[in-house]
Amino acid sequence: MIRSHVLICGGTGCTSSGSKVLISTFESEIEKNGLAEEVKVVQTGCFGLCALGPVVIIYPEGTFYSRVQESDVAEIVSEHLLKGRLVDRLVYKDADESVIEEAGKTISLNDTNFYKTQKRVALRNCGLIDPENIDEYIAMDGYAALGKVLTEMKPEEVVQIVKDSGLRGRGGGGFPTGLKWSFTAANAADQKYVVCNADEGDPGAFMDRSVLEGDPHCLIEAMAICGYATGATEGYVYVRAEYPIAVKRLQMAIDQAREYGLLGKNIFDSGFDFDLFIRLGAGAFVCGEETALMTSIEGNRGEPRPRPPYPAVKGLFGKPTTENNVETFANIPQIILKGADWFASMGTEKSKGTKVFALGGKIENTGLVEIPMGTTLREIIYDIGGGIPNGKKFKAAQTGGPSGGCIPVSLIDTPIDYDNLTAIGCMMGSGGLIVMDEDNCMVDIAKFFLDFTVDESCGKCAPCRIGTKRMMELLEKITDGNGTLEDIDKLEELAYYIKENSLCGLGQTAPNPVLATLKFFREEYIAHVVDKKCPAGVCKSLLNYSIVEDKCKGCTLCARKCPVGAISGTVKNPHTIDTTKCIKCGACMDSCKFGAIIKG
Amino acid sequence: MKSLAELAAIREKMKDKVVLREGSGEIRVVVGMATCGIAAGARPVLNAFVEEVSKAGLADKVTVSQTGCIGVCQYEPVVEIFEADKEKVTYIKMTPEKAAEVVEKHLKGGKAIQEYTISNAIS
Repeated sequence: MIRSHVLICGGTGCTSSGSKVLISTFESEIEKNGLAEEVKVVQTGCFGLCALGPVVIIYPEGTFYSRVQESDVAEIVSEHLLKGRLVDRLVYKDADESVIEEAGKTISLNDTNFYKTQKRVALRNCGLIDPENIDEYIAMDGYAALGKVLTEMKPEEVVQIVKDSGLRGRGGGGFPTGLKWSFTAANAADQKYVVCNADEGDPGAFMDRSVLEGDPHCLIEAMAICGYATGATEGYVYVRAEYPIAVKRLQMAIDQAREYGLLGKNIFDSGFDFDLFIRLGAGAFVCGEETALMTSIEGNRGEPRPRPPYPAVKGLFGKPTTENNVETFANIPQIILKGADWFASMGTEKSKGTKVFALGGKIENTGLVEIPMGTTLREIIYDIGGGIPNGKKFKAAQTGGPSGGCIPVSLIDTPIDYDNLTAIGCMMGSGGLIVMDEDNCMVDIAKFFLDFTVDESCGKCAPCRIGTKRMMELLEKITDGNGTLEDIDKLEELAYYIKENSLCGLGQTAPNPVLATLKFFREEYIAHVVDKKCPAGVCKSLLNYSIVEDKCKGCTLCARKCPVGAISGTVKNPHTIDTTKCIKCGACMDSCKFGAIIKG
Repeated sequence: MKSLAELAAIREKMKDKVVLREGSGEIRVVVGMATCGIAAGARPVLNAFVEEVSKAGLADKVTVSQTGCIGVCQYEPVVEIFEADKEKVTYIKMTPEKAAEVVEKHLKGGKAIQEYTISNAIS
């Protein structure tokens, strides 16, 4: 009789920090202690707190162990599993004191600050079930929603419930999902398709990967429901080849679903047929754009095509197609089971439900969080994210990756939903949230994202292909210290031109990082061109290192560290830096024990 | 999969196996499993609780877990039962047989078995 479950994260984050070896080590230690009949080891998807991986959770207590190494396993087994004593040094302790003190209770996952304000809908099974076992998904009411729509509901009722829920596309655009489904449903055709966009390309975003790795059956179920509602009998999941674990688990899940007859002919004896196939993306960012994605599935070079005709009329292989993002689909089974009202009760007036964000950058708790729409940036960063490391000041957060913009500290209390973000010139995007502190130069950030889009522009239309390149040159001129005020105006003009004239979403949104930083941090651009200074001390061409004479003890350490021999001086006398030789690597500043070297 | 009944059958079969992870049982049975407890035979008691709770169909209501030394080593194996809004009940010198009885009368029937509790031993 199993009395305890050891859940080990098998997501990409924890796998790379070494969770794989933990599974076999736990199993052998449990065997050694004669607990094989009592304790079960389960590999799950992502728990969300990737910064603290590998993560291990032990139920029924729900004890959350972080950064577990192979050498810790024997102790956890003999102390926790055998004797019921916590291995205190490994327990994640970000909970309030009162919770920890409560008698007779061990700290459980849900008590930690990181988890307690989260509301998990799309990620509800991630980190809770074994994604490679269809039975565990079924135990969590899996496929019950598909059963319900096929046996009790008409297709138009399904579309209506999705419409009523207020669910909007989670891939970034925010288009109402129910409306999208109704368009495809309304078009008669001999063949229709459902496509899932799992080509998650934004730097720093990994929401979709976690759903695919942690709860692949949820996606299969939702796509089958969509197929029934819109009249499609075939589905494609377009997923990045860079996600090997996700691809493997999804294929495994599809095979299991076929074996159970949950995919294939005559599902639940309803006469409805549906099957699903995986297509791998080769890593082009533009393939995350819906028309380019379908062109790629068809076997052609991934380039967007003009709309209209929209996919609902003429999509994959020229047939009516519904395309949604992974996270959008992940909400569907819950909406069917719990009702539109339940879903619509979460979130803000026009943005219902929850949103998953991938927290990254200058933040304590790097990882994945799911929160109700309308949560403020402050709550995400300080309550859930644990604040900025090293006592630094928060400066801005980038949402939507290279297509989005930044939210400055002055707007930190803005409730996050689609419309509020659009109003301040950002966009929700797919959910990457990169936090920046006072050490980040905003011009440099804009350059980073633009560099990405210049690289990823497919080259089909001129505004994006040529325009982004010209913008990049202007930005380089500015960060090199050769810019003028005119260049800033030119940059802005070009940005608006590209936005209005590009063929697809990639070009239309590519200038956003520049426009947002210009809007909120124009003074930083001006400092670069007028004062020839980088206020954050990032842009190398505008930096000079110098030694403060009074503080320098003449220890010679910096002179020995300098890779180009730019520092001269004799023992016990103040040193000097030859700025013509200096390559601005900062090695001297890192090595100085007296804080005598400054940059600026 | 041809019917909802088939799906429900798999769900029922699996439910007991994953319910453990919800960790929100209304009643918590905590077995002292320090060296003193183990030496006095706490492990069979713990296993008996897990088994009996499942047999009685209480798995979604009752969480069975373990803890370290409760501090009254002479009375081991010690089992404490926590229930919201009720006073904690401490059973002492437990055996698998007594455990089955506690599940039946206390967890299912709602009435603590006074003669097995610590208050009986002290008074």
